[in-house]
Amino acid sequence: MADATASHDHHAAPGFFTRWFCSVNHKDIGILYLISAGVLGAISVAMTFYMRLELMEPGVQYMLTEDGQVDGNLWNVMITGHGILMMFFVVIPALFGGFGNYFMPLMIGAPDMAFPRMNNLSYWLFVAGATLAVLAVFVDGGVHAGWVLYAPLSTTGSPGMAMDLAIFAVHLSGASSILGAINIITTFLNMRAPGMTLFKAPLFAWSIFVTAFLILLALPVLAGAITMLLTDRNFGTTFFDPAGGGDPILYQHILWFFGHPEVYILIVPGFGIVSHIVSTFSKKPVFGYLGMVWAMIAIGVLGFVVWAHHMYTVGMSADAQAYFMLATMVIAVPTGVKIFSWIATMWGGSIELKTPMLWALGFIFLFTVGGVTGVVLSQAGVDRAYHDTYYVVAHFHYVMSLGAVFTIFAGIYYWIGKMSGRQYPEWAGKLHFWMMFIGANITFFPQHFLGRAGMPRRYIDYPEAFAYWNYVSSIGAFISIASFVFFIGVMWYTLTRGQRITENAYWGSTDTLEWTLPNPPPEHTFETLPTPDQWNKAHH
Amino acid sequence: MAHEKNHDYHILPPSPWPVLGALSAFVMLLGAVLLMHGETQILFGLGLLGVLYTMYAWWSDVVKESRVGDHTPVVQIGLRYGMLLFIASEVMFFAAWFWSFFKHAIYPAGGEWPPAGIETFDPWHLPLINTLILLTSGATVTWAHHALLENDRKGLVNGLLLTVCLGVLFTIFQIYEYTHAHFGFSGNIYGANFFMATGFHGAHVVIGTIFLGVCLMRALRGQFTPEKHVGFEAAAWYWHFVDVVWLFLFAAVYIWAR
Repeated sequence: MADATASHDHHAAPGFFTRWFCSVNHKDIGILYLISAGVLGAISVAMTFYMRLELMEPGVQYMLTEDGQVDGNLWNVMITGHGILMMFFVVIPALFGGFGNYFMPLMIGAPDMAFPRMNNLSYWLFVAGATLAVLAVFVDGGVHAGWVLYAPLSTTGSPGMAMDLAIFAVHLSGASSILGAINIITTFLNMRAPGMTLFKAPLFAWSIFVTAFLILLALPVLAGAITMLLTDRNFGTTFFDPAGGGDPILYQHILWFFGHPEVYILIVPGFGIVSHIVSTFSKKPVFGYLGMVWAMIAIGVLGFVVWAHHMYTVGMSADAQAYFMLATMVIAVPTGVKIFSWIATMWGGSIELKTPMLWALGFIFLFTVGGVTGVVLSQAGVDRAYHDTYYVVAHFHYVMSLGAVFTIFAGIYYWIGKMSGRQYPEWAGKLHFWMMFIGANITFFPQHFLGRAGMPRRYIDYPEAFAYWNYVSSIGAFISIASFVFFIGVMWYTLTRGQRITENAYWGSTDTLEWTLPNPPPEHTFETLPTPDQWNKAHH
Repeated sequence: MAHEKNHDYHILPPSPWPVLGALSAFVMLLGAVLLMHGETQILFGLGLLGVLYTMYAWWSDVVKESRVGDHTPVVQIGLRYGMLLFIASEVMFFAAWFWSFFKHAIYPAGGEWPPAGIETFDPWHLPLINTLILLTSGATVTWAHHALLENDRKGLVNGLLLTVCLGVLFTIFQIYEYTHAHFGFSGNIYGANFFMATGFHGAHVVIGTIFLGVCLMRALRGQFTPEKHVGFEAAAWYWHFVDVVWLFLFAAVYIWAR
């Protein structure tokens, strides 16, 4: 192993182990992130298939123990596994780790990340964490406390090893993300191309920069909270145990102080991707660049002061609820700035509905729906009725599943030709979009009705009265899952047989630096730093 | 550099340390789970050794790269950003422990803080001495820094040596204090807050002392110059951060909530 470090010869093609295991190349590491996120995403999607199958009809048909008893624990393990994987091991690695790594340095004209070796540590810590998380599903009956790991369900309620494995999985994922954030911030601040001042940097680079700050400041707080869980479980401390003077609500506060910035960590990189796609396929520069940047910064800052709107029902004072309600509603302002700026970018543009644009439009529409139900839920009074119902499930899947995940697909179709040198078949990308769009809406829209009718979330079964819309929702889920399987096929075809694409700027009018490079870009890019005329042409 | 690089950024050769470090961390934490459930201790030990070896080998490489001139001025700026951001994340880690402390001190479950039956430390004895030790160490590390800037190797070494000694002294006093506590770690929230907050601070003191110790060895070998000493600066920043955390602990945990 030691000779790998001694080798300074960049011209000899590196061996497989050296290239993919000892990488210090932001593009290779970005690809590793995207593939790993895809694999973990597939596991996570498989869990949703099992869950929607079980919920298709009232009564418990599939999640049974060997002697035919209802296996409620299995259900709990499924919702927890799906949540932990999506929150920590699929969306962040795809958007922040994958696209962030690959395209942020390219967009600012940097030859690599500021700390290329630490970049690889981020990736492998994420793999180590994901492995612990998957182990946690299978050991000692699995983790069944829900992804938020509320005490006491996660302390005295989960005596087995599975919970400790999950806690360490989140520790590793957090360390990975924090190191990644340090790397991204330093790269963005220190390595922008000559002449590219802060407010000339492309919006995707900005979105990744803002996300990195949220990670840097939110993840360590979570690390503290789950360390308290760990010592409460194993070393007899009583942070969350009233018998020893502790307080379980404290865990919820610290968890959500991380948890609310976390949802912006998941979505803000998508804002960046969508801005570029809308601009490219409207053949116009982004409307209100400065407003877009400041809106992202405002969303990031506000994200830290609204956490308790996740816990209106724990018995907070009316004053506290009023504050969190007001602060939460304020977030709709910068979010509205972004939505309207995207619409204004399209206004009067020559719009071309290629696959990435369809995903971006789908995102804008569905994210707005999820954002509006978010304003509904921010009402502490209304939340009394909706808390822990399927209305909440519908809300956060509209912003996450139909929001963040849509931007991942948008990014893949936008950049796959750049990353692989091969283009996907347009009809297949469009078919994938429409299947997913229709499937996801059929899945989640009826869940608003179920929530309004009072169906609680996190249960394996439900009364007869909720049967109809659950059946519809399951049909929608199967269509979405079929679209995911189809997507894997499209990717396989594209990477093995897709049409080779030689034109650097294959989407036509684009003003960011990745489009000045060949498809795929060479191992080392920008060994001579780009000059302003390479990226400044369409700028303001 | 074998290839035609026309910029001052640092492009690295492939390295085995990240994957080895992550694998070691995985083994260590898997081992920790088995250890906590009374299964086996070996895996944890193996993983820990792997992590420590990776740190040693990795940072040795960093020092070597610095010695051969890979750390150009712009790379040094990047390293400084990196250290500052790391310290910022550490501050937020301590935010969680202070959060728990203030929550329980301001809204105690039993109506009083410290909880009934808890006999706390007198802040004006050993804790005050420890505060003075850390403040003095902050001064001595600044002395070392100024000596370095004036190319006074002897002053640098003496200042650093004194700082390391004060760090070790602080740790010894803290261990002494722990062994004389009239409250336990488990079963009561006062002990949990006290030992986890001051314990994580203590761990950071030990890490900072090691960091300064490495700088001392590098100073003895003449590896720092008045123009280029990022490693020393990082250690000094880290040390000041540890110092400030202690001042908050002293003011809040020892004095205010006694």
